[in-house]
Amino acid sequence: MEQVGQRKIDGLWLTVVGIAVLFFLILPTLIVIPMSFSGASYLEFPPTSLSFRWYVAYVTSPEWMSATKTSLIAAALTTAIATPLGSLCAYGLHCSAPRIRSAAQILVIMPIVVPVILIAVGVFSLYAKLGLNYTLTGIVIAHTALALPFVIVTVMSGLQNYDFDQELAARSLGASRAYALWTITVPQVKFSIQTGAFLAFITSLDEVVISMLVSGGENATITRRMFNSLRDQLDPTIAAISTCLIVVSITALIGVQMIGRRKDKAQ
Amino acid sequence: MSPAAHSLPIDISNLCKAYGSVKALNDVSLNIAAGEFLTLLGPSGSGKTTLLMALAGFVRPDGGSIRFGEQEMIATPPHKRGLGMVFQSYALFPFMTVAENVAYPLKIRGVSKSDQKARAERALETVQLGGYGDRRITQLSGGQRQRVALARAMVFEPQIILMDEPLSALDKKLREHMQIELKALHEKLDATVVYVTHDQREALTMSDRIAVVNHGRIEQIATPERLYRQPHSFFVADFIGESISLPVSVANDTAQLGERVLKSNTPIALGSGGHRLIIRPELLEVTAGAVPDAANDLSGQVHDIIYQGDSVLVIVQHDSAGQINVRVPANRAGQTGLPSKGEQIGLALHPEDTIIVPEHVA
Ligand SMILES: Nc1ncnc2c1ncn2[C@@H]1O[C@H](COP(=O)(O)OP(=O)(O)O)[C@@H](O)[C@H]1O
Ligand SMILES: [Mg+2]
Repeated sequence: MEQVGQRKIDGLWLTVVGIAVLFFLILPTLIVIPMSFSGASYLEFPPTSLSFRWYVAYVTSPEWMSATKTSLIAAALTTAIATPLGSLCAYGLHCSAPRIRSAAQILVIMPIVVPVILIAVGVFSLYAKLGLNYTLTGIVIAHTALALPFVIVTVMSGLQNYDFDQELAARSLGASRAYALWTITVPQVKFSIQTGAFLAFITSLDEVVISMLVSGGENATITRRMFNSLRDQLDPTIAAISTCLIVVSITALIGVQMIGRRKDKAQ
Repeated sequence: MSPAAHSLPIDISNLCKAYGSVKALNDVSLNIAAGEFLTLLGPSGSGKTTLLMALAGFVRPDGGSIRFGEQEMIATPPHKRGLGMVFQSYALFPFMTVAENVAYPLKIRGVSKSDQKARAERALETVQLGGYGDRRITQLSGGQRQRVALARAMVFEPQIILMDEPLSALDKKLREHMQIELKALHEKLDATVVYVTHDQREALTMSDRIAVVNHGRIEQIATPERLYRQPHSFFVADFIGESISLPVSVANDTAQLGERVLKSNTPIALGSGGHRLIIRPELLEVTAGAVPDAANDLSGQVHDIIYQGDSVLVIVQHDSAGQINVRVPANRAGQTGLPSKGEQIGLALHPEDTIIVPEHVA
């Protein structure tokens, strides 16, 4: 009896600490939400008056709108390129000999491990030669390189839980490799691919360091503009934009989770 | 209706495959007759799966030739080989129903929807799963999944069916039941079957012929009975059935156990590394009196008697050869009575049951 009681108390502690950590992680993110509805013309918490004026300021500013458009297009293109490319790369690595696989895995993780600032400087000087600085193409290529490892890692872990004999079975039953991959393997690692796509989208949307160097002019990303505005005039428009970004991210995350849940139910 | 399928012979010659320094296939040559049920039998790691995967086209051999009928297959991709294949893991598609699984090869072949349905149902009936088409794979037991995999592999009437340890995940009782059922199914189908197992009893039960595989080579290929009665090497004799072996010396076509010359009906197979006498416990005869002159005398003292239900195992201590096991069927033991511990008994090994094999094949 006593032991059970003790365990309950331990469990309670764990819950309390867990919730505390969660708050600590989320609170800084959530604090911008009330700040964005402030009526004052500077960032304040808690807000003394409420208004939508900073949202209006955001959507009516041509500069902010252009930056938003650039960021969304860059994120969409990055996702569209990194997802199939990374998935195929994961498939290729999954099928190759263990020695090649582990060597390639290190190479693939590299962009995550190397400080982004180094990549940014490298990309900037390379782009200077190629004339890709301040272009959408340049941003998308750099973001794709950053996003690929996330797609590869998630899809590879998905493939690990998949019985690869199924694809061999399909091929022996008359399916070409591409058809077997598409009709048998892909449906079963779909959730991993969607998660990878989500991570690719967020990686691009959130990216600051490379964007600071490589994007600019009419192709400045929203993160770059936010950073500059933070330095120059610090008005609550940034809080409003941040809130919008949080909503976009959380919506995408929930979307991926719901699709995953539906898939699990179907099985 | 589909064109009548006729089973095809398979000719494998000089097939080689190395993984680093491991020779998974070491110059394998093998002719499988049309309609035959051939089993590749061997211990784990002997190269059975590699050989099967080479037939299926998933393993690319370093050299050699594989022909189905007249056609060279070595460069043909897996999906154009027209094989039915059953995997150890069954490899069913979990997101499809049973019927969709079975119809998959028909769908690829462009069979009409209604034909797909009818033929899938017919294949399911053949494996006694009629009416299970709408179930999900996760709702089936291991044995039922096995049958679905089988139905899927034969629904398109392939001329060759490959199976890699398809029963090894089932429990013993179901496995033995499925062995008989598979054998019966093979008789109904017009297909050449190449079957892989490491279970010698399963191989003996099901096969027309058995190819014993060891270290990437075929040690012997023969009918179950011949393999059991006339093994070519110690490896084959030891791997198949129950036996004990005693070292013998061979000179001028006669074998000697200690000082005694062994009488044997079968010529002694050539090989290297010395020879061994193979004694199968059920082939020894306990004699009432002295052992007749025509037989080999292995008499000794009863060391222990072990009751095993269907039979009784008598362990006899032989003066020079050590312990020899004798199996006496329970009903015979009941009729004639058993010797008692410590008693001296006569043990006869008849010349037709005297198997002498080389340590290694030539
Ligand atoms: N893909 C592979 N890479 C390296 N070695 C392999 C591979 N496949 C099989 N082998 C080796 O080849 C030998 C035969 O393997 P296998 O054909 O799977 O044997 P079996 O099916 O008889 O157990 C083993 O020594 C195994 O380790
Ligand atoms: Mg195997």
